[in-house]
Amino acid sequence: MTLLITVFAAVTATILWYNRKDDSMRLGTLCFLYWGASIMWLVDAIFEYVELQAEYFTPALEDIINDSFLGLSVVALGLVIWLVRLLIADPKGSVRRALKKNA
Amino acid sequence: MACFLVSATEAVVVTAIEKGMGTKAAKDSEAADDAAFKVPIRSKLKWLSSMLWGGSVLLAFEHVWHGEVVPWFPFLTAMNDPGDTSEMLHEMATVGVAMAVLITLVWVGMCLTADAIAKRTGGKMQKNTKA
Repeated sequence: MTLLITVFAAVTATILWYNRKDDSMRLGTLCFLYWGASIMWLVDAIFEYVELQAEYFTPALEDIINDSFLGLSVVALGLVIWLVRLLIADPKGSVRRALKKNA
Repeated sequence: MACFLVSATEAVVVTAIEKGMGTKAAKDSEAADDAAFKVPIRSKLKWLSSMLWGGSVLLAFEHVWHGEVVPWFPFLTAMNDPGDTSEMLHEMATVGVAMAVLITLVWVGMCLTADAIAKRTGGKMQKNTKA
């Protein structure tokens, strides 16, 4: 489930990146973040499949829930990392404008 | 157990190479690449380091989730028991290396595709310039 959720996040981020009007949202960072994790989890899944065989596709309900919760947390962490990097880079100057206004 | 450490190590090396290329050398290379309609090598290295860092950080989080990484020394719970340590090293040598290799292979594919697209776009642009 973690792999599946991360792949969906990677595909969504890539579609958003492809339809972007400019690079100001730095969506490329989000794409690389999720694709990197997806590839790594794919390898993990392959090794697990080799070990468990068909049993890999019939996980217990508790494992599905735990993995889904982990997958969503991973997506949230990815979004937070992307947002922090975006605010630090501040390509649109929004943070600088807000700070100047308050100064 | 600690498979993400292999990719994290590769990420450190790639980032060091990328930073070590220097701004001037990178600009010269970018100018040459622009003339030849190619994606600059520094950008390509940034793709690889971004994927490696991203994957390593998110996998490290997964290991924290499963209690395999802890915020106190020795940070990896597998280090507390010699049996677990050897299992961890085996996992790093198999799963960890496979992860780093697959990411690198995907990156090589991305570079080849990007160059092909840039070449196609460059060819079209040259045709339009001539016409």
